[in-house]
Amino acid sequence: MTDVAIVGLGLHPFGRSPALSGLEQGAIAARAAIADAGTNFKAMEFAFGGSQDGGNADSLVNLLGLTGLQFTNIWNGCATGGSSLNAAYSAIKSGQYDMGLVVGFDKHARGAFNPQPKDWGLDDWYGETGLMLTTQYFAMKIQRYMHDYGISRETLVRVAEKAFRNGSITPTAWRQTALTTEDIEQAPMVSEPLNKYMFCSPAEGGCALVLCRADMAKNYTNNPVLLKSAVVRSRHYGSFEVFSPSQAPAVAPSPTVTASRAAFEFAGIGPDDVDVAQLQDTEVGAEIMHLAENGFCEHGEQEQWLREGVTEINGRLPVNTDGGCLANGEPVGASGLRQVYEICHQLRGTAGKRQVPNAPKVGYTHVYGAPGISGVNILTT
Amino acid sequence: MLPQKPLHPGLFTWPDSAPELLGSRCVDCGEHAFPSQSSCRACSSEHTEIVGLGNKGTLWTWTIQSFMPKAPYHTDETPESFCPYGVGYIELACGIKVESRLHENSTDTLRIGLPMKLEIVPVRDDGEGNQLMTFQFRSAEAL
Repeated sequence: MTDVAIVGLGLHPFGRSPALSGLEQGAIAARAAIADAGTNFKAMEFAFGGSQDGGNADSLVNLLGLTGLQFTNIWNGCATGGSSLNAAYSAIKSGQYDMGLVVGFDKHARGAFNPQPKDWGLDDWYGETGLMLTTQYFAMKIQRYMHDYGISRETLVRVAEKAFRNGSITPTAWRQTALTTEDIEQAPMVSEPLNKYMFCSPAEGGCALVLCRADMAKNYTNNPVLLKSAVVRSRHYGSFEVFSPSQAPAVAPSPTVTASRAAFEFAGIGPDDVDVAQLQDTEVGAEIMHLAENGFCEHGEQEQWLREGVTEINGRLPVNTDGGCLANGEPVGASGLRQVYEICHQLRGTAGKRQVPNAPKVGYTHVYGAPGISGVNILTT
Repeated sequence: MLPQKPLHPGLFTWPDSAPELLGSRCVDCGEHAFPSQSSCRACSSEHTEIVGLGNKGTLWTWTIQSFMPKAPYHTDETPESFCPYGVGYIELACGIKVESRLHENSTDTLRIGLPMKLEIVPVRDDGEGNQLMTFQFRSAEAL
């Protein structure tokens, strides 16, 4: 069976673009990805795309061209990009199609997300009484984790410092100003123990990738990246999840753990083989916990890892080299694809000032989102 | 005082001199859920029964909501009168952890392991002459 290659990368930088709709930002990203592959929209046999607040992804054909391709809308919360990639991977791997597009975009209002209980199978009281905030969930998860595994506040600060430092050398990042330890420590508290600079913000932006059969890849690029696995998993009974009025007595592994294990198994490699990673960092605690949940370290070991700079660009496992969600913001439909976009640049050796040294060969991306879903991709040169 | 009624039916016993939370228990595997549900999250069974979950527990984790949430948040508060509130998961005797607003909203008092007790508190007037009530937990040490 053929491998699947990524041969085109396109991004409309995340942040605020008042003059553009979400859909237009998606179209800009799609055109950029197709141009990067040196081809045209007519060559796309299929597309998978998704957006939370930016409209129906398949409306993009009005902007890109009415070619009659199969265009499927994907909506899977924060794992929308991961689910689109998984669908594209399967479409090519099965032999049904040779080449296609994956695209995600969004345009969120300012401030925290305000999900509606009915959309998540919950009754109105849960939202009306102020329990349905993702910020609270992440704060409570890291609070318990700090208690159980001895993670300090200094470690939370270090993750934020790294994110904004990496953002400051990423030309497409939304937040390009490095922050000092004091800046971060003294920021207003949002949801104890997490303050303003420890959370990412809802944003706008678009991202797209062109994928094809690996044996065709050299027709489109000199440095294709292989998508070795694209896995999405939902939660098991007992994992500690967002939007849960109650949690089970027993503690089960999170969907991140099951998605990660499956992705490594499909790819036939292990965590020690990974040279550069993107881990969902909607807040600093998430990056810390996801390091362990994805199998890169033991629970609690993050304290030492952050102190020693293991996850810095020059460290043993660089994480969120473009500043992640913290420095780029989160347009939900596009965010997971931005992770893959960044890893592809790192594996191509085109990441500029933030390039990981010594020609990384294996990259890893991970998202986690409501209501307990995770997507993992493993990429190689 | 306005007549009081639950914001949502079936979450707790009411009216009651000693209210307790209501949930469901799976007849087949014994797992509990809050709020009650007609099928079991653990084993997919459709045989569940409504049971009392008690009115005591232990604080398993917590945070403090420091900004006023956007809708669907719906209380009598205004941005001017909003008061930061504690949120936590309370581990009950049956083992499940229930998410709840907390009476306390200070880092000085909230800590993992704190013994907690249920209370029923007002949320808002419903505009039809009733005061809508919900549950929250408060420190059992401070009482």
